[in-house]
Amino acid sequence: MSGTFVGMPAFPKAAHEAVNNPTLRGNLRHATHTIRAKREKAVAEVSDWAELREAGKRIKDHTLRHLDDYLVQLEESVTAAGGIVHWAADADEANRIVTELVKATGESEVVKVKSMATQEIGLNEALEAAGIHAYETDLAELIVQLGKDRPSHILVPAIHRNRGEIRDIFAKEMSEWGRPAPEGLTDTPAELAEAARLHLREKFLRAKVGVSGANFMVAETGTLVVVESEGNGRMCLTLPETLISVVGIEKIVPTWRDLEVFLQTLPRSSTAERMNPYTSTWTGTTDGDGPKTFHLVLLDNGRTDTLADEVGRQALRCIRCSACLNVCPVYERAGGHAYGSVYPGPIGAILSPQLRGTASEIDASLPYASSLCGACYEVCPVAIDIPEVLVHLRERVVQGGEVTREGNKVVLKPAKGHAAERAAMRAARWAFARPGAVRAGQRLASRTRRLHPRRLPLPGPGKAWSETRDLPPVPAEPFRDWWQRTQGGAK
Amino acid sequence: MRVALFLTCVNDTLYPDTGRAVVKLLTRLGVEVDFPMAQTCCGQAHYNTGYRHETEPMARHFSDVFGEYEAIVTPSGSCGAMVRELYPRLGERARAEGRGDGLATALAPVVPKTYELTEFLVDVLGVTDVGACYPHKVTYHPTCHGLRGLGLGDRPRRLLQAVKGLELVELPGAEECCGFGGTFSLKNADVSAAMGADKVRNAESTGAEVLCAADNSCLMHIGGTMARLSTEMRPVHIAEILASTEEEPAA
Ligand code: SF4
Repeated sequence: MSGTFVGMPAFPKAAHEAVNNPTLRGNLRHATHTIRAKREKAVAEVSDWAELREAGKRIKDHTLRHLDDYLVQLEESVTAAGGIVHWAADADEANRIVTELVKATGESEVVKVKSMATQEIGLNEALEAAGIHAYETDLAELIVQLGKDRPSHILVPAIHRNRGEIRDIFAKEMSEWGRPAPEGLTDTPAELAEAARLHLREKFLRAKVGVSGANFMVAETGTLVVVESEGNGRMCLTLPETLISVVGIEKIVPTWRDLEVFLQTLPRSSTAERMNPYTSTWTGTTDGDGPKTFHLVLLDNGRTDTLADEVGRQALRCIRCSACLNVCPVYERAGGHAYGSVYPGPIGAILSPQLRGTASEIDASLPYASSLCGACYEVCPVAIDIPEVLVHLRERVVQGGEVTREGNKVVLKPAKGHAAERAAMRAARWAFARPGAVRAGQRLASRTRRLHPRRLPLPGPGKAWSETRDLPPVPAEPFRDWWQRTQGGAK
Repeated sequence: MRVALFLTCVNDTLYPDTGRAVVKLLTRLGVEVDFPMAQTCCGQAHYNTGYRHETEPMARHFSDVFGEYEAIVTPSGSCGAMVRELYPRLGERARAEGRGDGLATALAPVVPKTYELTEFLVDVLGVTDVGACYPHKVTYHPTCHGLRGLGLGDRPRRLLQAVKGLELVELPGAEECCGFGGTFSLKNADVSAAMGADKVRNAESTGAEVLCAADNSCLMHIGGTMARLSTEMRPVHIAEILASTEEEPAA
């Protein structure tokens, strides 16, 4: 398995494997159900949760509406605090900027605190191509990196692994990357954590360059904020001489006061904790304390295009809490890898086809990776109506339409492979405008009802249905005929 | 009171018994029921699959057929949610696309008058005991669109609890989607089937004879899965339970 998601098959195909893997399904079911129950409790403790949710939504919407102003303000405050701001329109540009910055330090390795933005752009691979090794220091990220695997969850990227698998990965791979795992390592959590601690400690003390993401950026002071559970991130942020933070432009909040809302809703939604264990904030540079040089790379990579879409832009409110993944019945069965992106689950299903467009097979299939049950919307702490955006993106897939790509308006053609469905939908619409046609169809079905297979594989899309479910029998008389015959049972 | 029955295209074609049960139940409660023969389909499958433009004339047709009635009652949580939740959105989107208020104005009258059956019984008629008798062990599956779309809450449970002879048992993981999702069950058949199988296993663990819901589409999927897994349990629409009496018991 490679570290990137390029060239993934469509979602149903990618999900097929996971659905039929009982270990994976067991791991996922256990993990998501445990956190789901905990989250519910943590949220129930807060009496004004609905208000907090609404406040989070409004702060984000307001910020997105004035994003240009706040970004300028942020740049000014970061610069005033001694930081250097870079703007990256897309993944290539961001990778180029970071690679140059690392090269300029003369170093050939960097330590990283978990950052989804850098995974989104494939930074590790780009650095590797330039001869620079990037070491992930978040425990779950470390497991993914050592296992030459891909993340499958926003918060718990190694959610699909159990302890035994992790032990094997540590024992086999750690020596290739630095300090080897201790002899006779077992799969107890304490031993695994100690092995990771020793391995990582060595890297923290050696590294001169740190690369991070950020959960929030405060425009008024130019402060960046990372919330994490292990403290490894804090080491990355404070020990190196140079710190490079790569952050999506939508992560901005206007003021410190706004943070108050998210520092309540984020931990409760994600890890079901009342407060986050490590909340680190850094503002530019300070003499004699922390990194001497600080670079902020502001990443667009499809975000302004997403912002141009009236319905879809709400996806940019996301604070990456992963609550929607943990309640999603589809994620639970399909696993994170099937979504073909660092953003899996319901949020991934609406974010990836917007950031990357719907041209590839996987991106065109993601809006359909949901039964529209609405559980994701219900838990989302910033009230993103994910089902609404899914349907909106389905429309884009089947009907095409105007979108913004790299700042320009373009008209998309409908995606391939929907011609038969479109014809069927049109025919059905035609019939449904004509009650007589509906009736004729029903009568035909009733008259031929003994011929309808309930178990035989049907042709076409019906096959998928009839392979695992029996079809209902067709009744002898549709309701409307009964109604007309008896006038609603009166005759 | 005179109401229009919006039966839905699925019920009309495949589940006429549910329609007859609604008529019987409402008539017993003193409601005059009409079935406008011109009704067809609310357009939910079209809308949810991404064919919003195809949905618009269907919504208009719905409004033409049902606009005049005092109330519109439907035994389907998802079709009810389509009208109540999504018709206004159709109007808004048309407006946003610069096509004026026409669609929003045409659809406005039917939106607040459309009720899912259990909602109509509890909120409009103000009854929870509908005089039904159904001596069976039953578990209830709250379908997603009824639960989260319409916010049916405990209305169906209250109605079931008042049924004579009925023993209601809680369904583990009740609020989880059964995996139908309309065209989702075709496009993502593997995942849908896995969700359906889990739902059936949870239902089986209750020892109930009957799994009941307020939506035949979900029941079609759950029932089809039950048959395939050779489960003893039967899927039954809540209307058929509520219509059942000592004199005329439902199967
Ligand atoms: S969409 Fe909402 S629930 Fe999902 S990760 Fe983002 S903020 Fe959390």
